[in-house]
Parts: sequence; C-alpha cells; structure tokens
Amino acid sequence: MTTGERLLRQAALEETRRARYAQRKLVNHIALTLSLLAMAFGLFWLFWILLETVRLGVGGLTMATLTEMTPPPNDVGGLANAMYGSFLMVMLATFVGTPIGILAGIYLAEFESKGWLANTTRFVNDILLSAPSIVIGLFVYAVIVAQFKAFSGWAGAIALALIVIPVVIRTTENMLQLIPAGLREAAYALGAPKWKVILSITLKAARAGVVTGVMLAVARIAGETAPLLFTALNNQFWTSSLSEPMASLPVTIFKFAMSPYENWQKLAWAGVLLITLAVLGLNIAARIFTRTK
Amino acid sequence: MSTTLSPAPAPLFPAASRRPRAKTSPPSMKKARSAPMADRIFGWLAKGAAIFTLATLAAILVSLTISAWPAIDKYGLGFLTSTTWDPVAEEFGGLVMIYGTLMTSFIALLIAVPVSFGIALFLTELSPSWLKRPLGTAIELLAAVPSIVYGMWGLLVFSPILSTYVQQPLQAWFGDVPVLGALFSGPPVGIGILSAGIILAIMIIPFIASVMRDVFEVTPTLLKESAYGLGSTTWEVVSKVVLPYTKAGVIGGIMLGLGRAIGETMAVTFVIGNFNQLDSLSLFQAANSITSALANEFAEAGAGMHQAALMYLGLVLFFITFVVLTLSKLLLSQLKKKEGART
Repeated sequence: MTTGERLLRQAALEETRRARYAQRKLVNHIALTLSLLAMAFGLFWLFWILLETVRLGVGGLTMATLTEMTPPPNDVGGLANAMYGSFLMVMLATFVGTPIGILAGIYLAEFESKGWLANTTRFVNDILLSAPSIVIGLFVYAVIVAQFKAFSGWAGAIALALIVIPVVIRTTENMLQLIPAGLREAAYALGAPKWKVILSITLKAARAGVVTGVMLAVARIAGETAPLLFTALNNQFWTSSLSEPMASLPVTIFKFAMSPYENWQKLAWAGVLLITLAVLGLNIAARIFTRTK
Repeated sequence: MSTTLSPAPAPLFPAASRRPRAKTSPPSMKKARSAPMADRIFGWLAKGAAIFTLATLAAILVSLTISAWPAIDKYGLGFLTSTTWDPVAEEFGGLVMIYGTLMTSFIALLIAVPVSFGIALFLTELSPSWLKRPLGTAIELLAAVPSIVYGMWGLLVFSPILSTYVQQPLQAWFGDVPVLGALFSGPPVGIGILSAGIILAIMIIPFIASVMRDVFEVTPTLLKESAYGLGSTTWEVVSKVVLPYTKAGVIGGIMLGLGRAIGETMAVTFVIGNFNQLDSLSLFQAANSITSALANEFAEAGAGMHQAALMYLGLVLFFITFVVLTLSKLLLSQLKKKEGART
C-alpha cells in the first residue's frame, strides 16, 4: 500500500469515527433533554393541580364553611358536619389500627423475622398496602353493614382502620430494623426480659420513625373516599352518634362535585382545599420529623 | 437471650461429697427454663397481630366470594365476556367494566412509563445533588395528593381544556383517517377513557418513578464507572449498563404502578362518564371501569342479583390486583437478591 493510500484510508476512518461520535453525542443530548422535559412534565402537573385547588378553594373557605351544616342545593351552608364526621372516623381508625399495626411490626422485626409466618405476613401486608380501597369497603359492607342492616360510622372507621394497619406495619418494621443490635444486646445483658427490651428500649429508640409512620397513615386515610362510600354512607345533618350514617369530607365532596349546583361545587372546592392542606401538611411534617430526629 | 441457668456441675471430687455440706440446693429448674409469663403473653399478642393480617386477606377473599356467589352461580365465567348490564331485567355482564379498567390502565402505563423513566434518569444521573432531595420530595407529593382531588380537578379543570385543545383538534385532523379515525370518533367533551387514562398516568408516575430511582441507585458504581472509563456517554451507560442490570426491578415497578392504576377509584369515577355500554373502540367514548361502577352503583343496588353482580366485579378486581402485585413483588425481590452480589 502506498503512503497516499494509507493516508486516504486513515482520513476516511477518522471521518467515520468523528461522525459516529457526533451521532452518539447527539443521541445522548436528546435523551438527557427528554429526561429533563419528563421531570418538568411531572412537576408541571403537581403545581397546576395545587394552584387550581388553592385558587378555586380559597374563596369558599369562610367562617360559614367551617361552622354550618351541609346545605340543600342553592342554599347557604358549610361543611361542619362533614369535617366532624371525618375527624371522628379518622381518629377512631387510628386508635384501633395503630396498636395492631405496631404489634405486628414488632413481630416481624423482633420475633423470628425469617420464619414462615413472618415472610407470609410481609407478603400479604404488601398486597393489602396496595389493594384497591374500594374492595376493603366491599368487605366491610359484607361483614358489618349487611349483618347489622345499617350503614354506620363504626363500619366506616373499621374500613379506614384496615387501611391504616398495613401502612403502620410496614413503617414500624422498617424503623425497628434500623435500630442497632448492640442496643438490644446491652439491654439483654443487663437482664431485661424480652418484652421490656422491645417496649422500653427498641420501640422507644425508634419512636420518631413509628410516629412518622402513623402520621403518614393518617394522611392516607384522611383523603380516602372509596371505603366510606358504602360503609358510612353520608349524612346531610349533624350526627355525633357512630351508629348512624355519618357524613365525611371526601364523600360529601364526591356528592357535591358531581352535582350541577353552583353553591355545592363551591363548597366542594373548599373541602378539597382543606383535605389537600391537611394531607400535604402531614406529609411534609412527617418528612421534617424524620430528618431532624 | 434466654434466662435459663446451667444445671449445677457434676461433682468433680467424689471424696468432697462425703464431707458435711450446707443445705443449699441449685435454683429451681422449673422456673428458670420457662419464659416468664409477661414475655409469653407479649409474644402471643405480637404473633396474633401478624396472624390478623393474614386473616384479613383470607376474610376478604371469602366474604367477597360468598357475597358474589349468586352471580357466580348464575353466570359462571361467561360474566367476564358479556356486555349486558341491565339492572331492571336483572341481566349482568362484566365486559364493559373490565374493558374500561384495562384500557384506562393501558393508556396510563403508556404515558407514565416513559415519563417515570425520564424522571428517574434525571434524579439519578443529571440533577445536582442539592436538587435531588427537593425534586424527589416534589414527585412524592404527587403520590400524597388524595385521589378525590385528582378527580375533582380532572372533571372541572382538566376536561374542558382537554376537550378544547386536544380532543377537538385530534378529531378534526384524524377523524377521516380510516383506522386511526375510529380511535378518535366519539364525542369530544373531555370525559371518557382518554381523560381517565391521562389522569391515572399522572397518579401513578410517582410510584413508578420512585421504584425506578431506587433500583437505579443500587447499580454498582463499579459497573458504571467501567463503562464511563471506556468512553460511554451518559445515555449509553444508562441504556446498556444500568437498565439491563435493573430490568427486573424496573418491570416490578411498572407492575406496581399498574396495580395502583387498576384499583384507583375516585379519580376515574369523576371523569370516565359512567356509561354502561361498549359501542365503539373510540378513546373519547364515555365508559365505565370496575371501580367506577362500584362507586356509582353499589350504594343503591338492591340486595339480590345487582349487588351480587357488583360483588363479582369486586372479586375480579381483587383477583387481578392480587396477581399483578404478586408479580411485582417477585420481580422486585429478584433484584434484591442481586444486591451485594459480586459483579
């Protein structure tokens, strides 16, 4: 091969290499730009939804909204009974569901965490965590409402408790597993019985995480509508008795939003703003809590 | 960790036992070998709580089956392929709802998977480290927003905009194209399968994105750095090193998102239109999903065949969700096993 031919071949090779490199760089650039756009896309929806919720809901947040009963169409009123019903059922569900969830989380983390029962429970718990909440509502309907032949606040609270339990189990187990074994072993070495080690030492050390888990669970059930649709049903009037159908904020919003009445829709937006503030507030508080501890 | 004491040692010097000894006896074996009562009770309580979870799942399956039994008995599996839904004549068939659920979830995945992949890619490779946490939190806040907010926003804010700026132009441009036109032929009012699919996509993006981000972060840095050392671009590292390594986790995350989309009730109920017929394949057509049918009709359904048919639908929904979530868990645990493995 002559020098000329060699030089020509070298130049051609360099040309292909440069072209190929330019193409790879271009593909890289396109991919990274698309990923930036995807991020912007996700954030855009978040901000749009939050903005619209605030814009359309803040007008309806008057003193009357917080103190008066749900009105008939085209009449003045508020959301007081719905807020109270939601508050009652969420509190009851948390009080019932948290101890069961913490105990099960303790079992998974402290007793035989590799055994058959523990593995199956973890699996089932993850299924229940992501299961459709309307199915939980159907279950509670079949077991409680159909047996007692009445919709009630109790049924609604139990449906919400069944949603709290998997969340609390998951977070409790994760938090307990983070506690170093040395802490437990020091307690055992001092002669503490197992129950005391778990309750007074391990759980106490993990209490920030466990409280965060409970806060996240409360945030989750505060916004849940589907399990309440046919367990607690809805109630236009004030009731503080849990054996009657009970109004709740999400179900009231559902009823008002799908209606053609102006005042109902306005109240629905105010309710949506209240729920969003409560849920996002709890979530952000939970994050700050875990970070500072 | 037990509180048992070892028994007194056997006498080493038999002669010593002939000497007069003090009347002391070793501590009572019975008390030392069994755990104290409080420990036992606590153990039972904890175990009982764990069994409670298993019992809940079993109870859900059993009670749904029992309540749905009249419908299962009457229709059998034909329920899943019939489109009649006539509460007056008491003739029911679940195909309309099942189609609605599957179609909206499919559209949701179509939109959410590329976007979540882009978000995960951005969060792991591109973003500066001070931006990672706020952006990650912002995306997770999307998951925290209650679904009724999505539903109401979707119905009152999003649908009119979708109708004017997306559906009507699409119908104007593609309405006459032979095959594609059928997809865009329904009434362009912003309610229907397309609307529900888009809103579901926004709802499941945070779930898929956070699973993808977690699995991208556990790829061994050594693998990535070797690829960079050979001169790969960022995209080549992600597509040829990270993605093949994490593919089980990525698919697991996608299935998790699918499970959520299938079970979502309120957002879908607001915008899907509550239309119990399956007339056309149009994306703009109003329809019904299993969850929206339950939400709309169950509270007033008469006890009898209507309620049993709705319970049957609920059982089908639970079954589909169960299968999808099990697959997701299996895939994600497969990836967990590789964590810490030598590469």
